[in-house]
Amino acid sequence: MRSTKRETLPIATSADVVLARQKVRQWAIEMKFTLVDQTKLVTAASELARNALDHGKGGHMVVEAVENTARTGLKLTFEDRGPGITDIEAALRDGFTTGGGMGLGLGGSKRLVNDFHIESQPGKGTRITVVRWK
Amino acid sequence: MSKLPEIIQNHEEGIRSEWLKAMSTTVRRSDLMTDSEIQSQTRELLAAIVAGVKSRDITDLDAQAWTQTREVLQSISASRARQGFTPSETTMFVLSLKQPLFTVIRKELSKTPDIVFDELWAATLLLDKLALLTTDAFLETREQIIFRQQQELMELSTPVVKLWEGILALPIIGTLDSARTQVVMESLLQAVVQSNSRIAIIDITGVPTVDTLVAQHLLKTITAARLMGAECIISGVRPQIAQTIVHLGIDLSGVITKARMADAFALALQRSGRAVVATQNGAGAKKQEAKKEE
Ligand SMILES: Nc1ncnc2c1ncn2[C@@H]1O[C@H](COP(=O)(O)OP(=O)(O)O)[C@@H](O)[C@H]1O
Ligand SMILES: [Mg+2]
Repeated sequence: MRSTKRETLPIATSADVVLARQKVRQWAIEMKFTLVDQTKLVTAASELARNALDHGKGGHMVVEAVENTARTGLKLTFEDRGPGITDIEAALRDGFTTGGGMGLGLGGSKRLVNDFHIESQPGKGTRITVVRWK
Repeated sequence: MSKLPEIIQNHEEGIRSEWLKAMSTTVRRSDLMTDSEIQSQTRELLAAIVAGVKSRDITDLDAQAWTQTREVLQSISASRARQGFTPSETTMFVLSLKQPLFTVIRKELSKTPDIVFDELWAATLLLDKLALLTTDAFLETREQIIFRQQQELMELSTPVVKLWEGILALPIIGTLDSARTQVVMESLLQAVVQSNSRIAIIDITGVPTVDTLVAQHLLKTITAARLMGAECIISGVRPQIAQTIVHLGIDLSGVITKARMADAFALALQRSGRAVVATQNGAGAKKQEAKKEE
């Protein structure tokens, strides 16, 4: 997978989550994703950015246009230096929440993208990478 | 020792008038700014630069002596960002000072050509630094403006509209962050009580993203309204939003949803024992309309 364009945005406030969503929508439109795919990407970004803010004490998002031999895609990386996720399997389960949310953000965003990858070290932070291919 | 401070001090007015002349019309943008404004800006900035060069340190612009210059540039950039100048137009305002300054340096030092180059170089460094300061200040203001607009959009109040006796509508426009949702929820519940309404239509056509946080807020509002004896209908659920909600795993089975506000209103009328019927006169018009749609 080769990255052709990338940009980093901070996620430190609620307004940054709005900006992150707008950025992802803008790139998805530029890359000519269908309306349904745009909506999926923006919604996944919204969930993961808010998780990085609410559960991970803030961090940043990297937006990347990527390509491999077969196709192009939009890759999003969310990184925070929060408490990390001790039990990833549990966190992915629908309805699991430690913070009074719906507990559908992680599992839901996994279903909204093609590739989904979590790296987390308790006490150090969390990095979640997702790709949606065209 | 650089002669630059002296040269600038001694030729302040001359440099300023040449600077105004050198500013191309694109930098002047008389459509955005009055002549007296640019006069006072050039005067202010040049005076600040003279104060700065008096310290004889023309490399470290973070120093105390350059505070005034930094502040003047910041305020000039900020006002230009608000007035709608582009970043390059704003930077060119400072860079167009180069030509007049170079001319004076060459004239002043014509008898000592060996140091002309050093002084020109010093002047270039100084102006480049000033230009960078300008760009940074400009971008900062722009970011502030964008941020404020976003806050305003978030805090946009949501009107509660009475569509009919017992039927309320709540069109939501913008991002449903938590602070705003609280306001939306409260105003709806209050209006339900005041108007003694039985049905409330929440229209989300203007909500760009429905994620789990938005859904949770909507569901809470619906539950609270129900406790007060009112049923909610969600309208404006576009196909792509519906698909995303399903993927997220949000259960809306207990909620009435409609694609269009008109459908929601028709249902609300039906539930309250009313119907919209065509009158004798209107019947012809309706047929025509139906024809047009074919
Ligand atoms: N970036 C993160 N850092 C730490 N914990 C996280 C992070 N993202 C998710 N989690 C954990 O996973 C749980 C499930 O997340 P999610 O599915 O988005 O549900 P919700 O945010 O509604 O709680 C969270 O409650 C939290 O405990
Ligand atoms: Mg979440």
